[in-house]
Amino acid sequence: MSNLITVSDLTVTFGGARPVHAVNGVSFTVGTGEVLGLLGESGCGKSVTLRSLIRLHPPRRTTYGGRIEVDGQDILGMDEEQLCRYRGAVTSMIFQEPLLAFDPVYSIGRQIGEAIRRHTGIDARAAEAEAIRLLDRVQIPQAAKRYHAYPHEMSGGMRQRAMIALALSCRPKLLLADEPTTALDATVQIQILLLLRELQREMGLSIIFVTHDIGVAVEISDRVAVMYAGRIIEQGPIADIISAPAHPYTQGLLASTVTQNMRGSRLEAIPGAPPDLANLPVGCAFADRCRQASAQCRAAPPPYDSRLGRGLACFHPLTESVAP
Amino acid sequence: MSTDLLLPTAEDRGGPAQPILLVKGLRKYFPLGSSLFGRNRGAVHAVDGVDITVPKRTTLGIVGESGCGKSTTARLLTRLIEPDDGEVIFDGEAVGTHGGISIKELRRNLQLVFQDSFASLNPRMTIERAIAFGPQVHGLPAKEAVERSRDLLGRVGLEPNRFGGRYPHELSGGQRQRVNIARALAFNPRLIILDESVSALDKSVQAQVLNLLMDLKDELKLTYLFISHDLNVVQYISDHVMVMYLGQVVEVGPVEEVYRHPRHPYTQALLSAVPSLDPHHRTERTPLTGDPPNPINPPPGCRFRDRCPKAHAVCASIAPPSVVVGTDHSVACLMADPASGHPDAI
Repeated sequence: MSNLITVSDLTVTFGGARPVHAVNGVSFTVGTGEVLGLLGESGCGKSVTLRSLIRLHPPRRTTYGGRIEVDGQDILGMDEEQLCRYRGAVTSMIFQEPLLAFDPVYSIGRQIGEAIRRHTGIDARAAEAEAIRLLDRVQIPQAAKRYHAYPHEMSGGMRQRAMIALALSCRPKLLLADEPTTALDATVQIQILLLLRELQREMGLSIIFVTHDIGVAVEISDRVAVMYAGRIIEQGPIADIISAPAHPYTQGLLASTVTQNMRGSRLEAIPGAPPDLANLPVGCAFADRCRQASAQCRAAPPPYDSRLGRGLACFHPLTESVAP
Repeated sequence: MSTDLLLPTAEDRGGPAQPILLVKGLRKYFPLGSSLFGRNRGAVHAVDGVDITVPKRTTLGIVGESGCGKSTTARLLTRLIEPDDGEVIFDGEAVGTHGGISIKELRRNLQLVFQDSFASLNPRMTIERAIAFGPQVHGLPAKEAVERSRDLLGRVGLEPNRFGGRYPHELSGGQRQRVNIARALAFNPRLIILDESVSALDKSVQAQVLNLLMDLKDELKLTYLFISHDLNVVQYISDHVMVMYLGQVVEVGPVEEVYRHPRHPYTQALLSAVPSLDPHHRTERTPLTGDPPNPINPPPGCRFRDRCPKAHAVCASIAPPSVVVGTDHSVACLMADPASGHPDAI
């Protein structure tokens, strides 16, 4: 499997008098046709990392560092015109709230058709036919009729399907998904996840799927990267991470997630709260909440060590097999 | 921790066997107004004939998809909106009727905690004052109210000297939700309605708040009505669970029994839509197709029949009555009623 995406030592800082270090040296690769889950709590930098891959942050206030390479192209070095060609055609994105992602004054079919015409230059009739085919493909009933529907006329699940159709309209190689199922009911969420999985296999898509929900990550990802305070702290195949987490934070996150049949037992909550990104500690950002923490952890951040398909940034891992 | 609080605790009037909350036939329709030619456009059947029984010192979980009437039920019970019909009995006393418990009295006994911890707090009040505000309005002297507020902050795990003077924006989401819980406790309530109160929190913080809720329930002899869309959390915290669909109760029973042996096809579908957390056994097919339907002018018969895999012609004509299928376990499905004429009935 060749790597479609290579991110090396990415840093993202939002400027101002009190700069916020949202992403602090993130490196990962995603292969063609692979689904990477980015897992973490709010403010851990998962969405910021995702948006950097398509350069959605306001240019004047954002400072990038490191390198992002997608399909052989250097994303951080692109000019505006190159970005326009890149977005949609190579990489596209779906969001948590499709009502905000669609333009409310045009029908969804027209918006999908517009994207197709912009990138392929086919005529309006053909674009309409293609848009209807896509709407049908994402299992929207009566696609030809729904072509004329406005975003507010559709239910949450249908809007999310329409957004997937829009995102896939130009046959991208990479789909960035920013919590696309979080706002949906569980019964609809699983429909969308299954649809994404099906489309991913069919089109050979690579997906980076951001979520805070471990259950969702399990349903969709091949591999998962756990983020904390702007860094990837652990990474590996989803089954390994679930069964044998090596980082104390990953372990804590799994233990504090309420799953089936936990009734009667006390939850193992992680004490405290995540650190302030404008004022990060010198050492490991998790040290203050960690039971294993030592003086070494507070002196310098643990290096990210990756081998045998698993990565870890911890001085005191819980699993011996991945110890540095 | 001391339990002697300054406001008089509302006494247990009905005795331990009397359910703290008994609701019969609760109904609320929101009319849609009339069209240009004066024709009535119908109504949103938000809550349509809901019966609830909550025994003292237990937790009743309410689950269902968005738009099923969970939150409207909570608002009706606290009288934030007026019900169209139905009887609410709080610890043996009818609410809002002559000779019963007054609304003001009810609200002292019954408090709400909402999902959005930030919107629930006045941004211009320190949290210490926000908690003291309610008791003060109800006649507690300012000094005592603040004292009480500080006591409660300590109880929910926020050091009063450190946090008391802060404003809501200076707290994290988990801390703010603790403040909301403290404020709900300020009246020494006996029933707390938690409307998606932990849903917006990160998992690690959610676990802290759930632990706190469990501790408070034991310490203060509380009863909870826990509304959530997260079935795992509901299973964790509840004793009984009530499943709602389009404004009606489709199944209610002890949480373990309902989760292990769900009888209503909707409950079954809802439970199998929960991600499994097992990478080797991913969900392979969708338990339900389509979105939750619109509660405007629902069709006669069973409201779930359009999405039900077991629907039969008879489901369109008979609205399924609630049938008892076990101890405290009842289900509103024709398949549970042998006399209904549904071919799969047992």
